[in-house]
Amino acid sequence: MYAQALDAVGQTAPAGPEDGERGQRFQRRVDAEQRIEPNDWMPAGYRKTLTRQISQHAHSEIVGMLPEGNWITRAPTLRRKAALLAKIQDECGHGLYLYAAAETLGCAREELVEQLLTGKAKYSSIFNYPTLTWADIGAIGWLVDGAAIMNQIPLCRCSYGPYARAMIRICKEESFHQRQGYEIMLTLCQGTPQQKEMAQDALNRWWWPCLMMFGPSDKQSLHSADTMKWKIKRFSNDDLRQKFVDATVPQGHYLGLSFPDPDLQFDAHSGHWRFGAIDWSEFKRVLAGDGPCNRERLAARRRVHEEGAWVRAAALAHAKKRAKNQAKNEAENPAENQAENQAENPAERASEAQTTGE
Amino acid sequence: MSEARSPLWEVFIRSRNGLSHKHVGSLHAADVTLALEAARDIYTRRGEAISIWVVPSNAITASDPADRDLLFEPANSKIYRHPTFYDVPDEVGHM
Repeated sequence: MYAQALDAVGQTAPAGPEDGERGQRFQRRVDAEQRIEPNDWMPAGYRKTLTRQISQHAHSEIVGMLPEGNWITRAPTLRRKAALLAKIQDECGHGLYLYAAAETLGCAREELVEQLLTGKAKYSSIFNYPTLTWADIGAIGWLVDGAAIMNQIPLCRCSYGPYARAMIRICKEESFHQRQGYEIMLTLCQGTPQQKEMAQDALNRWWWPCLMMFGPSDKQSLHSADTMKWKIKRFSNDDLRQKFVDATVPQGHYLGLSFPDPDLQFDAHSGHWRFGAIDWSEFKRVLAGDGPCNRERLAARRRVHEEGAWVRAAALAHAKKRAKNQAKNEAENPAENQAENQAENPAERASEAQTTGE
Repeated sequence: MSEARSPLWEVFIRSRNGLSHKHVGSLHAADVTLALEAARDIYTRRGEAISIWVVPSNAITASDPADRDLLFEPANSKIYRHPTFYDVPDEVGHM
């Protein structure tokens, strides 16, 4: 779902002077739009920045399941419930693709998860807002996923191969998310006055936090130079935010809804929708841990992690026991195993391989 | 919170009959049965596959990017291995 511009909030490690000739060769490859792969040499700052960005992106996908999960049992129809379940499964899958991409940079999955659970790593601030009504599920799909897509499409061309490939898969799957959200909003807006009011209320509450998803203004962002140079990031936070507003405002008007921004107006000269000032103190507060649901979200993640510990331990113990038994069997009956293999008819083996799929 | 680490697997899927398996990503699982199930859930939610391979990541030996020239440059200079290297008159037709 999300990629918030968290890079501007953390610290981008600067390029080290020791990189020298290798560093220049690396930059030439990046400039030539070549993809950097896990085994390639890369500056320590590049590795560190990417590890942080990809893992925080993964955490966002995982935590992002929580606000929507709140409505699975209360979805109004079976169709909506099936779609919501599928969407939340996708978010989980996206988190897992991204953790795998982060791991190619040399960190362990367990370390990344621990950073989330101890609060050391950040995740998108948007998921610290509550989902109070069913309309919030519509607003999340339409606005939060819409903002995420704006942010993620350029990441499909990120210089780091595993991240770019994960983003391609994610973007492909994500467009259904936004459409199902908009459909929920549309249905509510065509319903009773109370239903339309619910949709308006959801838009009122989600609009500003969605604009904050793109991260602080470029004027305040100290670290985007390196990520731009390394082609991790291709557009500035402000450019992406403007693109999102331009795409979204007409969609909202089609629904017959209004935006909670008295300064919002179309600038015919530039062709852009101009919007009012964003309350960055709210953004900082939520990111620092003091949003409406920060504690609840982390507590939920910690609880399921702890409750699942015995399952993970049992699976590993079982795998270990089976491997041990197998090794023991082979050691005790080497002749038998060999005879068994030889006795097998080659034609039979071939057909067996086919029926098992390979 | 020092938990035992679970093994990493590489996932390959055959998307259609007649095509080869292609690498799609990796995942963590305790054993081969769980790895196959996880691969099904993570990489084939939209009918992307008719068959899955999972391979322990540590079973893969990869070439070193630093050896790229050493390994692959010799083939680059042998353009006579390609059919277009040879002149055949147009009158002869398609060959």
